[in-house]
Amino acid sequence: MRSLWRTLDRELARDVALVCVACAFVGASFGAITVSSGLPVWLPMLMSVVVFAGAAQFMFVAIIVSGGNLFAAVLTGLLVNTRLLPLGFAVGDVFGDGWPRRLLGSHVTTDETAAFAMAQQDPGKRRAVFWMCGIGLFVCWNIGTLLGAFGGTVIGDTDAFGLDAAFPAVLLALVLPSLKDGPTRRAAAVGVAIALATAPFVTPGVPVLLALVGVVASLGGEKVAS
Amino acid sequence: MMLVLAVVVLGAGTFAFRVAGPALRARVEISPRVETLMVIGVAVLFAALVATSTLIENHGFAGYARTAGVLVGGILAWRKAPFVLVVLAAAGTAAMLRLLGVP
Repeated sequence: MRSLWRTLDRELARDVALVCVACAFVGASFGAITVSSGLPVWLPMLMSVVVFAGAAQFMFVAIIVSGGNLFAAVLTGLLVNTRLLPLGFAVGDVFGDGWPRRLLGSHVTTDETAAFAMAQQDPGKRRAVFWMCGIGLFVCWNIGTLLGAFGGTVIGDTDAFGLDAAFPAVLLALVLPSLKDGPTRRAAAVGVAIALATAPFVTPGVPVLLALVGVVASLGGEKVAS
Repeated sequence: MMLVLAVVVLGAGTFAFRVAGPALRARVEISPRVETLMVIGVAVLFAALVATSTLIENHGFAGYARTAGVLVGGILAWRKAPFVLVVLAAAGTAAMLRLLGVP
């Protein structure tokens, strides 16, 4: 493990740490909102360990609180998380060998972890940042949830700190360098258009999957720079 | 009790998605062509995720403050500003606008 940390340069470690801290705040808000909505204190903590997917957890709780049934809450959460399959396919080679690593690596795969990993060119660095970000986010998310669940409304609405803008910005900063060539840009533009056009009408999670159709727009034309 | 079961089912299903991707990758031969399409696919996925999580909430517009925050972050990232600055500027812009009463 020690050699993993040495592979990471200081700057990258600082970037990951920043996202982990932000994640802890959102976790705290998840814990606080869930408990203050009248749900049991164990629920947010169990969810953060077992589910470990922010958007799905918030939606699950919102549906239950608004009187929706459990089946709808589970289904919505699952649909939001379908994107983890293609993400896992893309970063699935960074875990290393052996079942323990594969299972643990799969469980800590999130948008941010995958984005940090994909942004690295060097395989060693890619693996190091994956594990650092994956484990760091898991620990911070759960500590945050725990504090929020028991600490109550100290941190209520993280929107006041602009954290809802921070997370898209994190992904944008990490994905921007990969939008370097024409075909990728075309595909991304079409994908974004599809996602935004469908988002008002379909369940969350589906627009992002539909966006993958945009890959077709990368075919033909000039060669992809690799 | 039903609530525990619901969380376990959601967790198991989510884990299944997470395991399926890497498992599938280990089984199929990845040609350079597929590799290229996969890298493009991930870029498209993230771009769509950024767009929807910035602009959409509850099937409607998420508001000007968040949009402006991400936009400021995006411009800084494009100008190759440090990652920390990008993230803090995005959050700061949104927070500041909300303080001024912008939705």
